[in-house]
Amino acid sequence: MSRPSPDESGYPVNAASIRLSNAVFFISLGILAGAYVLLIVGMLVADTYYMTSHTASAAADADADAGWYAGLVRGPLGRALADSKIRYSIWLSLITCTLSAVLSLLVAVPAGYLMSRHRFPGRRLLDAVLDVPIVLPPLVIGLSLLILFQYPPLSYLARQIVYQIPAVVLAQFSVACAFAVRTMKATFDHIDPRCEQVAISLGCSRVQAFGWVVLPEAGRGMMTAFTLAWARSLGEFGPLLIFAGATRMKTEVLSTSVFLEMNVGNIDMAVAVSMIMVVAAMLVLILTRLCGTPA
Amino acid sequence: MISIENVCIHAGKFRLENICLSIPSGQFGVLMGRTGCGKTTILESIIGLRRIQSGRIRLFDQDVTDMNPAARGVGYVPQDGALFSGMTVRDHLAFALMIRRAGSRQIQQRVDELADLLGISHLLKRTPAGLSGGERQRVALGRALSFRPRVLCLDEPLSALDAETRSQMCELLKSVSRKTHVTTLHVTHNPEEAELLGECRLQFADGKIECLTKA
Repeated sequence: MSRPSPDESGYPVNAASIRLSNAVFFISLGILAGAYVLLIVGMLVADTYYMTSHTASAAADADADAGWYAGLVRGPLGRALADSKIRYSIWLSLITCTLSAVLSLLVAVPAGYLMSRHRFPGRRLLDAVLDVPIVLPPLVIGLSLLILFQYPPLSYLARQIVYQIPAVVLAQFSVACAFAVRTMKATFDHIDPRCEQVAISLGCSRVQAFGWVVLPEAGRGMMTAFTLAWARSLGEFGPLLIFAGATRMKTEVLSTSVFLEMNVGNIDMAVAVSMIMVVAAMLVLILTRLCGTPA
Repeated sequence: MISIENVCIHAGKFRLENICLSIPSGQFGVLMGRTGCGKTTILESIIGLRRIQSGRIRLFDQDVTDMNPAARGVGYVPQDGALFSGMTVRDHLAFALMIRRAGSRQIQQRVDELADLLGISHLLKRTPAGLSGGERQRVALGRALSFRPRVLCLDEPLSALDAETRSQMCELLKSVSRKTHVTTLHVTHNPEEAELLGECRLQFADGKIECLTKA
């Protein structure tokens, strides 16, 4: 005896086939997403395994009395941290990334606000222009910066900037700022313009409404934009190589260090510097997750 | 009084032509109309948030058509309250006076007076996050009244409230209107609200505003 159909359309829905379809759907989602997650985790685990196995062999080579601490010091990470060139590169990376993130935020807040709140002629074109650094190959950005500094008025500053430390910041800023602008635009898009309108009706000038009402609401977004710009700057390499060069103890940042160490076949050192960058990037990611997005 | 004369507003394909409206001084005016007919657009043009193509807007015989919204002296309560999430209720009530650089004693006095009037004294230290719908609208109303505006514009402030809170808010609006004599334009699609509150009831249909109450 067949079960009565819950509706009277005469075309009953097959519950078993829906169950099967749902299961296939979720399993497919899981496999596809899981494969990518495995790739990411696999890379990090491989790096860590490489580091620990090389540190362990260094420890084995060390005197038995000296113990694991000597192994750590003689291991790739210990040698990297002891190297004055790498230490310089760590400090230069921290300082230039922070500077370029601050500059990016300084530009991204007004640019994001303008793009989010105002309609003006050429807005779509400006929107597309702001995306150029995201879509352009990084090497091309470096080369374009180099060419730009061949012509006045920037050519007068070329001696102080090109292949000097300011070039590092400028190259990082050129790319990182585009990401910060996107983040700030999305942040302002999510803030109800009504609050601002109410503030204006209460007697605020535009600046007062922005400062008292909009900016406090954009705090989390600003934090996200800052950390994103910082992380992006840390990973920047192509534009730096062309526009700032890769001179040791001068314009060498962590990504350049990896490149230079690889160039001389020092893979241990390259992986050690990479691990320092992984830790820095992880810290930034955690900070973004904690502060950037509401739970 | 609030007076709109032959106002035309164009917003993309949406057009309002030759709109006329008048609410006598000190009265509670209610503008009714279907959703999407342009009530809020008219309200925004009075506040100064929307440009008008032609016509004049007068508040108490002063032509405010080209005046900056900040200088018009119009209190505004939007539909969802639009409270400032980072500020306490006290900050909301003090905001307009702080912008006007009033003394801290005057601000304190006004905040207490408003909190008393609206029954929100116990909420002064709270932020909007934990407030109920009715409480949010009371705070929004207090914020709009804080600088003693000549005109108050309410954009469907009761539409998101439950029946009981709505009737309480209606009573509150009536008593505020009686005590402050502020000339009010209340926009709603709810005829009951209009019947209960409106000393001057206006119906907006087919692009024309018709007065339902006798002068």
